[in-house]
Parts: sequence; structure tokens; C-alpha cells
Amino acid sequence: MENLERILREHPFLHGMNEKHIKLLVGCASNVVFQAGQYIFREGEEANAFYFIRHGKVIVETHVPHKGPIIIRSREEDEIFGWSWLVPPYRWHFDARAVELTRAIALDGKCLREKCEQDHDLGYEIMKRFVLIIAERLEATRLQLMDIYGDSSEK
Amino acid sequence: MVTVQKNRKSYPDFSDTMVTRPYVISRVIRELRDTFSMELEVPSDRGGFQFQPGQFNMLYVYGAGEIPISISGDPAEPGVLVHTTRAVGAVTKAMRRLKAGDSLGIRGPFGVGWPVKEAEGYDVVLVTGGIGLAPLRPVIYHLLANREKYGKIVLLYGARTPEDILYKKSWAKWRSRFDLETHVTVDRATGKWRGNVGVVPGLIKRAPFDPTQCLAMVCGPEVMMRFTIYELQKRGVADDRIYISMERNMKCGLGLCGHCQLGPLFVCKDGPVFCYDRIKDIFYKREM
Repeated sequence: MENLERILREHPFLHGMNEKHIKLLVGCASNVVFQAGQYIFREGEEANAFYFIRHGKVIVETHVPHKGPIIIRSREEDEIFGWSWLVPPYRWHFDARAVELTRAIALDGKCLREKCEQDHDLGYEIMKRFVLIIAERLEATRLQLMDIYGDSSEK
Repeated sequence: MVTVQKNRKSYPDFSDTMVTRPYVISRVIRELRDTFSMELEVPSDRGGFQFQPGQFNMLYVYGAGEIPISISGDPAEPGVLVHTTRAVGAVTKAMRRLKAGDSLGIRGPFGVGWPVKEAEGYDVVLVTGGIGLAPLRPVIYHLLANREKYGKIVLLYGARTPEDILYKKSWAKWRSRFDLETHVTVDRATGKWRGNVGVVPGLIKRAPFDPTQCLAMVCGPEVMMRFTIYELQKRGVADDRIYISMERNMKCGLGLCGHCQLGPLFVCKDGPVFCYDRIKDIFYKREM
């Protein structure tokens, strides 16, 4: 627990969060390990966690009929993935798979949602941080959609 | 008579810049589905083709037209001139049909290149996407040939898919070096890809360099450069430490015709490489 608390306190995502809230988060946290190739979650399953990657690599993908899996994003050490636990109806919209041995800290979404309901200051601190992540993902997705390396005409 | 002679001498010598010289293609390398490199023999009477990383030549495909293309070869090997081109329009498609033994007209080199001298003593961050790697490859050659003069060297590259990664042989060499930090990302991939998926500006926040002691060189589509600049600024890189390569409709290469005018500047003569601090006020003007 002490180790988990230290890791969470030092993580840039939680920078500036007070001790009381860190301790509340630790109460919902656990160490998890995923083997290479192991699915962490699958589209449509109940979304009840988000993850701090400590080591390894995770890809977020979706399955396209007749094409197979298409990778949408990859996440690496020190990055966070998973925000469907925050948005009703709390279902994963994509698959996530470890592409190498991955160690992470999982934050139980159900536990955290309950704590956020009881302590709105904690809820606000969490929301502030997730809004940044969601905005960054939205911006990146828009750039990907622009297909900026696609064909351009010679003038 | 003496006066006339004096006046004549006051005119610049345009013989290398206004008249194309024929260069023979020694090798054509198919890099990607629509992208190829050409190695050209430098005429022996020229004594090697000296250029600064980031400079460009005007390439004339006889019967098709003339276009500006950055030099993508090694500046330390002046005996071979290399250009990497993507076949997207009439001239470049005609160029793609050329083969070894055919010839091209060349004028140049033109423009202001990358600040490799100013970067000495600092970390160097190269951020590039798509065919934007071609104008930066001479910089990579130069930095690696003079490795002791620089701090950390970080190369961040984005491509559309894994199949669109340019210079695959060079990447194999660059990745094997311990003194060069490389990160590649693609916009989309299938399940076989084990590398990063995401946009290239997203690599900046985790890249290992000192934002207060670095110089960043950015080359790629303008949208990609804009978002890269945002991320560099977020890391704390000052505007006068960011250099970008601009692309406009260059024709004469000398700042005379005005086709590539960018506010008070001419991309062909004052650029194509600019310090961001110098052009940031006009960089976001859509009319330009």
C-alpha cells in the first residue's frame, strides 16, 4: 500500500492532488500484471477501471469486419488509459490488449465513482484531470482523421 | 567604357541559379508506393555539389516543368546529389517515369537551411512527419557525423501507416545507435504493428531532452507543425529555439518572382527554414 501511495503521489497525472484525496485513491488501487497478448478489456464489457501503466505497452483497438483489428492508439509507461468508467453506461467502446508484459496500477472505477459522489472535491479533481486526457485524445483523433500525410496536389 | 564595366560587375552572377544544368540519374530507389529517391551524378567540372542541410534545388523535368525539391542526401558526400520526391502532380509523376541514365535539369542550391551550427552544444529535437523526413535527413547525417558537438539527439517521426515509413534502411541504422533516441508513430495500423500508434506531436511530452537547452527542428505538413509547436511550447521550449520548414509555391528560387511571398518574406530566399519566433505573427494568417 505504501508503495502504491508513493507511485500515485509521484505520478504527473495526480500532481497537485492533496494527501487526503491521494489516500482515497489508494483505497481503490491495486497492482495488476498483463502478459503479452492478454486482453485487458473488450468492447461492450462493463468498464470499471482505469490504469496507470508502470511498465510495458498497451494498444487500444477495434475490430473491423473483413479487416481484423485496427489499432487506434498505443499507450506506454507512465501513461493512463481507460475513461469509459467515468461515462454512463460504463461500457468499454474498444478493446485494450497488452503487446508486451505490462505492469500497471488499476483504479477501481466503481469504488472511485462512489467516493467521488461522497466527496465532490475529489470528483472535481478527478474530472479536471480526465478532461485534459479526453481533450488530448480528441485533438489527436481529429489530427488522425485529417489524414495529413495523405495525397496533396502539386501546385 | 570603364563605367559600363563597373556596372556590369555590380550585378550578381546568376549563371548557376537561373540556368539549369543537366544531371544524369545514376540510380532510382523506390522508397514507398508513391515516393522515390533519385541519385544524380554531379558533373565533374562542378567539383562536388556543396549544400547546407535544408536547402533545395529546382528540378526540371524536360517537357513537363520545374519544381522545388529539398536535397535529402548526405552533405558530406558532395559527389552524389539525392532528392526524394512524392509523385502527386504532373511534374513529379513525369519524374517518377525517369530511370537511370536519363537526365534532369538542376538549378541550385537555394534557400536558408537548418541551424546545425547554432545547435552545437544543445540537445537537438527533430520532429517530422511523412515526406518531411526528406529535408531533415541531411541534418541527421550531419549531426551523427559530428556527434560530439551535440547533446542528446531525439528523432520523432510520424507516418500514415507502417507501410508509409520513409527510408526503412536508414531507420534500421538509426535505431541501432545508442546516441540517437528515435521514436516512430503511425496514424493507423493493423494488429501486426508493435510500435506506437498516435500522432507525432503526442511523442513530444515523453521525449528525453532538456527543453531549456535544446533546439527543435520541425518539418512536415503545416497542420502537423502547428500542433508540434503547441506541444514544444507546453514542454517549455522557447519560440526562438524552434525552427520550421515552410512550403510555398516557389518558382525562381531567388526571391525575384514573388510566387512564394509570405508577408514580408520570400520562402525561397529567406527560408524555407525559418525560426518560429521570426514568423509566428504570420504563421497563423490563413490568407498567406
